[in-house]
Amino acid sequence: MDEYLSIQDISCGYKSGFQLNNIRFSVKKGSFTGIIGPNGSGKTTLFKGISGELALKKGNILLNGQMLNKMNMRQKARHIAIVSQFTNIESIRVEDYILMGRMPYHKQFQLFETKEDKEIAAKYMEMTGIAHLRDKNREELSGGEQQMVNIACALTQEPDILLLDEPTTHLDITHQVQFMNLVQRLNEQLKLTVIMIIHDLNLASEYCDYLLMMKDGHIYKQGKPEDIITFENIEEVYKTVVVAKINPVSQKPVIFPVSEKRLKNININNLSS
Amino acid sequence: MKPNKPMRWILTIAILSIILMVSIAVSLCVGEVSIPFKGLASILSDTSSMEYGVLAYIRIPRTVLAFSIGGSLSISGAILQGIYRNPLVEPYTLGISGGASLGITFIIISGLYLTHILFMPLAGFIGALATILLVYTLSMRKGGLNTNRMLLIGVMISFIASSLIMFLMSVTTAENIHSIVFWTMGSLNESNPLLIRFMLIASLAGLAITYLFAMPLNALRLGEEKAKYLGINTTMVIKILFVLTSLLTGISISVAGIIGFVGLIIPHFVRLIIGNDYRIMLISSFLCGSIFLIVCDIIARTIIAPNELPIGVITGIVGGITFIFMLSRSKIQSKFM
Repeated sequence: MDEYLSIQDISCGYKSGFQLNNIRFSVKKGSFTGIIGPNGSGKTTLFKGISGELALKKGNILLNGQMLNKMNMRQKARHIAIVSQFTNIESIRVEDYILMGRMPYHKQFQLFETKEDKEIAAKYMEMTGIAHLRDKNREELSGGEQQMVNIACALTQEPDILLLDEPTTHLDITHQVQFMNLVQRLNEQLKLTVIMIIHDLNLASEYCDYLLMMKDGHIYKQGKPEDIITFENIEEVYKTVVVAKINPVSQKPVIFPVSEKRLKNININNLSS
Repeated sequence: MKPNKPMRWILTIAILSIILMVSIAVSLCVGEVSIPFKGLASILSDTSSMEYGVLAYIRIPRTVLAFSIGGSLSISGAILQGIYRNPLVEPYTLGISGGASLGITFIIISGLYLTHILFMPLAGFIGALATILLVYTLSMRKGGLNTNRMLLIGVMISFIASSLIMFLMSVTTAENIHSIVFWTMGSLNESNPLLIRFMLIASLAGLAITYLFAMPLNALRLGEEKAKYLGINTTMVIKILFVLTSLLTGISISVAGIIGFVGLIIPHFVRLIIGNDYRIMLISSFLCGSIFLIVCDIIARTIIAPNELPIGVITGIVGGITFIFMLSRSKIQSKFM
C-alpha cells in the first residue's frame, strides 16, 4: 500500500473557537513530512486530531488501511509515537523514563519490564547517543539532551509513525542540526514515517521531502519543498516580506528575512533609479 | 555500586516490615497495663486472664485499626499526588475528609447507623467521592488543571462541610451531638468487630487493587498527555482511582474520624528516601503509614495517661508543620507543579 497514513477530509477542533476544516493529505511509508505555518494556524490541533485527543467531527484517518479511531489507545501507541512540544520534566532516571516507552506492549497490569524491554531500550539509547546518560536524572539534562531522551522514549515504543511537535524550537544550531540529522537517519534506517511540525522554514526545506503549509485551520498548499518554500507562498501565509534563494549545496530553497529599514531603503532606491 | 532494583526493593520491604513488627509489638505491650513481650504468646492462649481481655478487646483492635487506617490514608495521598502531580494534595487538604465527615454526620443524625453499622463507611465513601468529583471538575475548567485553585477549593469545601456539620449539630438532639463529637475527635477506640474487620479487608484490598495501576500511575507522573501517548486510558484510570481513594478515605474516616495529613507526610518522606517509582512507593507508603499511625497511637494513649489524646491532634501538628515546610521548599514545588 502506497499511502500509509491517509487523512481523509477531517474536521476537528475545540469546543469554543478554533476549528480545523477539511484537512486532506496522505503520507507514504518511510516519508518525511513537515508541517509549517504561522502560530495559530492549526498545526498542533492537527496532531491532536491524529493522536485522538480531539474527536473528529468529520472524516476518517486510515493507518495502513485501518480506521485509526476504531483502535484503542494501546494499539494506537504501538503504531504512533508522539514527542510533544511541552514535556513535563519529572524527577526520574533516564533509563526508567525510556523504559516507559514499552508500556503499550506490556500485558494488562504487568508490573515489571522484561529483559527484552531493557534490550530494546538500550538499543535506542545507543542509537540516539544517550547511553552514557542512562543513570542520570532527567532534571539534570540540558535542552538538547532532553530532546534526545524524548525521542529515545518514543522510539522504544517501536512505532511506524513518529509525530514530532516543534522539537528543535529551544535548541541552538548545533543541537538543531544534530537532532534533525538523527531524525533523518532514523527515517532512512528504520523506515520510520516522520511527520514533524517545524517553525524553522530552512530546516523544513532541507530535511523534509514533503511539506504541508497551513493557514487559518486549513491546508494552504502541499507539495515538495521546492514548490512550497517560495517567497510568494511565504509572504501570503506569513504576511512577511522574505527573499528566497537556493542552497548551493543541497539545491533546496532557503528563506531570508529582510528588516523593515532595509526594505524602506530598497523602495527609495528603486524610486530614485 | 548500588544493588540492582529488585534487590533494593525487596530489602526496603523487608526493613519496613521489621519496623512494622516491632511497632506492633510495642503497641501491644505498652499501656496502662503493661504486658511483657515474652508473655504475649502465653497470655493469648489463656482466655480467662485480665491481660487477655486487654489484648483481645482493646489493644489488638486498636493496632489493627492503626495499621489499616495508616496504610489506607497514606496510599490515598500517594494516589492523589500522582493524579494531580502535586505533593501537597491528600484527602485532608483536598476537602475529601470534610465531605466524608458531612456524609457520616448525616447518617448519625438520621439514626441510620443504628439499623446497620456499615451505613457509616458507606456514607463516608459517598461523601468522599462527591467531594473528589466536585474538586476535580471545578479545578479542571478552562484549559487544564489549576493546582492553586484546586487546593483553595479543597480548603473551602472543608469549611463548608464543617459549617454544615455544625448546622446539623445545632438542629439535632443532645444525644446525637454527643455521638458526633465523640466520632469527630478522631480515635482508634472502636469496639465494633465487624467495622474493624471491614476496615482491615478494605485497606488490604485497596492496596492490592492500587497495584494493578502502579504502571499507569508511573506514566501519569509524566503528565496526562504523555500517559495517553503511551497508550494509557487516563480518563478511565483516574476514575477508578478516584473511586478507590474515596473508598479508602471514606471508610477510614467513618471508623476513626478525621486523621489529617497522614497522606501528606508519609508519601513525601517515602519519595525522599525510597524514590518515586509507584511500584515500590505504594507498598512503602502503606507500611510507613501503618508504622506512623501505630506510633502516633502509642504516643496518644501514653503521653497524658491515664487520659488519651485524640490521635488527630498528633498527626495534625506533625502534618501541618510538614506542609508549611514543604511549601517553603520551592524545589519540590517546581518538581511537581
